[in-house]
Amino acid sequence: MANFFSDNKDLQYHMNHPLMKRIVELKEKGYADKDLYDYAPVDFEDAQDSYRRVMEIIGEICGEVIAPNAEGVDHDGPKVVDDHVVYAPGTAQNIEALTKAGLFGLTLPRKYEGLNFPLVYFVMANEMVARADAGFENIWGLQDCAETLNEFASEEIKAKYLPRVSRGETCAMDLTEPDAGSDLQAVMLKAHWDEAKGTWLLNGVKRFITNGDGHISLVLARSEEGTADARGLSMFVYDRNHMAVKVRRIENKLGIKGSPTCELVFTNAPAELVGDRKMGLIKYVMSLMNAARLGIGAQSTGLSEAAYREALKYAHERMQFGKPIIEFPAISELLSNMKAKLHGSRAMLYETTRFVEIYKDLTHISHDRKLTPEERAEMKAYTRLADAFTPMLKLMASEYCNALAYDAIQIFGGSGYMKDYPIERIYRDARITNIYEGTSQLQVVAAIRHVTTGTYLNQIREYEGQTYAAELSHVHNKLIAMREQFEKAVEKVVTAGNNDFIDFHARRMVEMAAHIIIGYLLLRQAGEVEDYRNSAEIYVKYGEAQNAAAAQYIATSSVDDLGLMTAVQQEH
Amino acid sequence: MMKKTLKIVVLAKQVPDTRNVGKDAMKADGTVNRAALPAIFNPEDLNALEQALVLKDMFPGSRVEILTMGPGRAAEIIREGMFRGADGGVLLSDRKFAGSDTLATSYALSRAAAKMNPDIIVAGRQAIDGDTAQVGPQVAQKMNLPQVTYAEEIVGVEGDELIVRRRLEHGVETVACRLPMVMTVNASAPECRPRHAKLVMKYKHAATPSECQLDEVNCYAGLRSERPYLNITEWNVSDVDADDSQLGLSGSPTKVKKIENVVFAAKEAKRLTASDQEIDTLMKELIASHTLG
Repeated sequence: MANFFSDNKDLQYHMNHPLMKRIVELKEKGYADKDLYDYAPVDFEDAQDSYRRVMEIIGEICGEVIAPNAEGVDHDGPKVVDDHVVYAPGTAQNIEALTKAGLFGLTLPRKYEGLNFPLVYFVMANEMVARADAGFENIWGLQDCAETLNEFASEEIKAKYLPRVSRGETCAMDLTEPDAGSDLQAVMLKAHWDEAKGTWLLNGVKRFITNGDGHISLVLARSEEGTADARGLSMFVYDRNHMAVKVRRIENKLGIKGSPTCELVFTNAPAELVGDRKMGLIKYVMSLMNAARLGIGAQSTGLSEAAYREALKYAHERMQFGKPIIEFPAISELLSNMKAKLHGSRAMLYETTRFVEIYKDLTHISHDRKLTPEERAEMKAYTRLADAFTPMLKLMASEYCNALAYDAIQIFGGSGYMKDYPIERIYRDARITNIYEGTSQLQVVAAIRHVTTGTYLNQIREYEGQTYAAELSHVHNKLIAMREQFEKAVEKVVTAGNNDFIDFHARRMVEMAAHIIIGYLLLRQAGEVEDYRNSAEIYVKYGEAQNAAAAQYIATSSVDDLGLMTAVQQEH
Repeated sequence: MMKKTLKIVVLAKQVPDTRNVGKDAMKADGTVNRAALPAIFNPEDLNALEQALVLKDMFPGSRVEILTMGPGRAAEIIREGMFRGADGGVLLSDRKFAGSDTLATSYALSRAAAKMNPDIIVAGRQAIDGDTAQVGPQVAQKMNLPQVTYAEEIVGVEGDELIVRRRLEHGVETVACRLPMVMTVNASAPECRPRHAKLVMKYKHAATPSECQLDEVNCYAGLRSERPYLNITEWNVSDVDADDSQLGLSGSPTKVKKIENVVFAAKEAKRLTASDQEIDTLMKELIASHTLG
């Protein structure tokens, strides 16, 4: 029996981080639900035991149902029939298995029939589902939209929609339009209040909408006539039961083929306003996007896990020159670096998730009661860390999963290029992760201010000051040297006093910080569990070399380089 | 007319997982090495549980209880049943049951089942460790109940009769049967629904009194008194008012004379060309070995 939780010690390790006690306490609000719901935990140990058991169920469904279905889903794909999406048979089976096991509404409060699980476990579940089938992870993971409703919608809307999500209805977030992709301020889909019908009506077109025919859709629309910017946009919730949105087509994509990417036509579609008017993009989409970026971090890490496992297995099986190819140093070096990046991605994924979780839980608590000054300070600190780590995670995890899929195919050689092995699907699926929910370039734009304002540096110093295993002091010393090198590089770029120069080196600087941060996370793990020693050593070696190259590039760079790199703009 | 709610008892057995047999599955003396094999819910009993849960869905408010006989750890399958939708169960456990063959087992189970007073008893066709398919029918006989064997699906209800489709060797047969009754279910029946997250969290602390004595720390005693469904019933011989002489070895007429380890030797395949001569030779060979003719 394949079980994607039981077979993954690295996942289980992240269940036991010291911050988990605080996280579970916040999420369970002092275990108050135990007198109201028979499935609520009574204390921390009981809660962790429940999470572990449910992760095992998800792991089993991933191993026994979703992964075996992945090839068929990739081949069949969804179809449009009578203006609506019909999933591939395997997709429908996956949804049925997860529904029967009660695995929707994972993080939603119990009063909306959810499981009230901490975000850490939702992320863990997403990672396992993505390892089984990255395209399907989109459909299942979109239940996260319900969190945005839970945070911002009225009680009436919450009571209407959230229990439906817990029972297995799927969600979508309808943001992108033909002329509004990365630039969402340009959204044109129109919302107008119909006095006679007593409802908002939506009219217009959305494009590239993942699971666009889901039961419940969050729609960004222009509610303020005559406006052209972000301040005219509001967030609405649309119920598919109205049957007022047609799926015009679904895209034929390179990868994640089981996930329907829809073009939608709204014709007088009734919808309910979520939260306040004009706050659609400014507040609610930002919240959606941050959650979605964390989701891509999980999806990327799940894909990396899949790629690593496929490559490792093949390297043991494939015989050349009379021995398994893993015995050739060139192959084992590739695998070692893959493993270090996989562990690094996951370390950053859960560190980021913990930061996001604590500030979100405190935000929820602040709706019920006034926070203490200590709690307010805690919330502020974690909000900042979550803001800084989310784009960095999305950048690094998605780039690493592409690198891992690439290296995995290299290990497979010609066989990896054929449809005979799942690695070609993993490679195609991976390619979207550094594009959607903000390209890598846009993650750098979000992250760079934390380089210039010192959020990363402060956190690096925080890690630096912690105690690590004595026998790993050489790794710690390397990381200290890398921090000094990073500070020097940033200083040079910033003191040039030219924002374009900062943008030019932004990715280099963000990645330098990321290599140091991931290095520290792995160093901490290596002190606790022997198995992480190699990954910590190997990752820091890799990061050290990468940072040296970036530092060298920056050291020899001047503002004149800007002209060098923009000259191509004149070419047609 | 059919009652509005039913009391459904599922006979289930914890068995060694003989589907994943390794080298050490058998001991030198030819008996099953239970320690080397994981203990699982007998597969066809899971098909039976699903039919019981289907009935419960048809008659909301019905109760499904697992009845199992075995050592203390067999309580695991009662919990497993609860994780999938059963409401509780009874563990029938006593040293006096040790060594029971199918007759003594059926006697013990029928005593316990009678005490539970069910409207319907559902059981898997057979257990993978014995392959006898005798226990279900024997329980029916001892309780003087009608039985439907090889059931595949409960099709519906007509008046006070249950309509059941049976899977037979050469086809299917749909029969009607009045309650109370015994039904044994085939592996071709629908698979059992999976463990449900909320039920797992609700019932994970369910335990027998003996289990609680063994591990008082993790027993959540306070919770146990507030939530009676966490207490799994445990019965011994005197609880079911059974006659000692019909139990265990003394109640088991089956005597094992000899057990042999049979190793299936894979025979080599033969590859023939399509020439008349080779086909002629093959036909003669098959006729000579009485495979044909």
